[in-house]
Amino acid sequence: MFDQQQREAGAALWRRPWLRAVATLSPPLLWFLVIYLASLVALLITAFFQVDSLTGNIVYQWTGSNFSQLFTQSVYATIIWRTILMAVLVTVTDVIIALPFAFFLAKVASPRTRQWFIALTLLPLWASYLAKVYAWINILSDKGVLPDIERTLGLPVTHLAYSTVAMWLVFSYLWLPFMIMPVYGAFERVPDSLLEASADLGARPWYTLRRVLWPLVFPGVVAGSIFTFSLTLGDFITPLLIGGSNANFIGNAIYDSALNGGNLPFAAALAFVSIAIMAVYLVVARFFGAFEAL
Amino acid sequence: MSTVTTKSTEGSTTNQAGIVLRGVTKRFGDTTVVRGVDLTIQQGEFFTMLGPSGSGKTTLLRLIAGFERLDGGSIWLDGSDVTNQPPYQRNVNTVFQDYALFPHYSVAQNVGYGLRVRRVSKVTTRERVERALAMVQMDAFADRAPRQLSGGQRQRVALARALVNEPTVLLLDEPLGALDLKLRQEMQGELKRLQRELGITFIYVTHDQEEALTMSDRLAVFRDGQIEQIGAPAEVYEHPATEFVAGFVGTSNVITTARGRCVLRPEKIEMVSGDVSLTEPGVRGVIGDVAYVGMVTRYRVTTASGESMTVVRQNRSSDGDESLLRRGDEVTLRWRDADATSV
Repeated sequence: MFDQQQREAGAALWRRPWLRAVATLSPPLLWFLVIYLASLVALLITAFFQVDSLTGNIVYQWTGSNFSQLFTQSVYATIIWRTILMAVLVTVTDVIIALPFAFFLAKVASPRTRQWFIALTLLPLWASYLAKVYAWINILSDKGVLPDIERTLGLPVTHLAYSTVAMWLVFSYLWLPFMIMPVYGAFERVPDSLLEASADLGARPWYTLRRVLWPLVFPGVVAGSIFTFSLTLGDFITPLLIGGSNANFIGNAIYDSALNGGNLPFAAALAFVSIAIMAVYLVVARFFGAFEAL
Repeated sequence: MSTVTTKSTEGSTTNQAGIVLRGVTKRFGDTTVVRGVDLTIQQGEFFTMLGPSGSGKTTLLRLIAGFERLDGGSIWLDGSDVTNQPPYQRNVNTVFQDYALFPHYSVAQNVGYGLRVRRVSKVTTRERVERALAMVQMDAFADRAPRQLSGGQRQRVALARALVNEPTVLLLDEPLGALDLKLRQEMQGELKRLQRELGITFIYVTHDQEEALTMSDRLAVFRDGQIEQIGAPAEVYEHPATEFVAGFVGTSNVITTARGRCVLRPEKIEMVSGDVSLTEPGVRGVIGDVAYVGMVTRYRVTTASGESMTVVRQNRSSDGDESLLRRGDEVTLRWRDADATSV
């Protein structure tokens, strides 16, 4: 009898595929809606509240003052542009390093060498973020490894620590694996026969690179840039630890207004700006087919 | 059985049209995949390289295209040494096994790629692409993306993309391997027609012996990186030089005669049932297996001496009760001595 019921239930599900989809997907969907989207909505709503300057309590009253403050005070425009510029700079740097490296991995290296290099690429991801940033401080600071080497070689000593250059170096280092992996994947998906076909049809290597390899790898580059761009956009620790006087990014402004200023609604408005920038970036990335390469 | 391997004298130059290979050798690590192949392919010939996988035929094709570097020997194309030329300088084009169409280009852009590389004017390119696509009956698909095409259509586009460049030699690497039987036979006929009309040398790699026999002017049977036999299809089939060729090209029986070991094709054997006087050459036997194939029926006969022989009989009448023999029937096998080829 029980068997019979089970069988009927199974048959009912089989006849209605949508019912099965709903049954399988609803727990994760619920999680996604409640925890993920709800918190985003809460953030968005908070951005339209204000803090009472006397008591420091949040006033639950709709107001656009956070945003008008953001767009009228030039200091925030500077912060936003500085952040975007750094994110672009880091992304471009990682693309330039990742392209030849990923090409070597996918098309030149023997399987053994490839495994080693992929392991070495991913290894830093297991290390603590803070440990890596501090390691860079130890390299760049005046008593660090780099000035030591420069002194030994009799070269002029650089003072890179606590500067914009230091942030650029550390960011580029930190996010490089996130660029290498999708670009490597993109290179690997290009069959060797396509490159041979191009040569067979009379194209020199440079022509093949521009007309065959680059268009096919480009979505992978855009996919990687989503990581490098957004990770730089949201970071506040690297600027805090190794940045100089100019180390004021969106992340730092959020941190300041939320924890030091106690102004959560304004922090939410700032966070909303970086989400908006990322949204625009994703739309552009989608246009370039980045999501087919993920 | 005249094996037409060209052994040229050291240092002499070649000024003949077509392709000349001299002592071509290729190693991958410790394994030698092509062992000193000498070969001359005439201008306008449909030449097939036949062999099992790993026999070196595809590697040899890739050496001619320039995708692999030689470890020894030389390759001559229309009288000039191309051994050290990269693929983009050789006037040969390849039809790849996986077609290798550029996924980010349309059909027309794929076909026009070689012309664009060579900076042929836009107007001329458009005309030649149109003509090439019409030649393979794909002119209606010019604006499609490769992924929107079926296997057979991709095959045609790949062919047009190679032929539009008017190469001296067209290299085809198992081009019909991925197609179903019906389409394959259709494309075989079409390839043959194109080759005849254009007068281009075709070098065709396949492991399908039937394809090799039906299409080629001449074919070479490869084994372990060497050529086992070269000749016209009928020559190779009727007079196989070795047991390997006999077994790879068609099926055959190996028998021992007064002349020594011979191969005998199954269809050359006359099989009669009942009490018939045994004439030389011939044997008596019992039918083991019967396989009805449609056009023919294949019999496996165990001879009096315990050997197994394959016999093929045409199914000439549709009811054919008398001609259909069954398992266990006693039969007599006879053949003409001339039909058995010494190996």
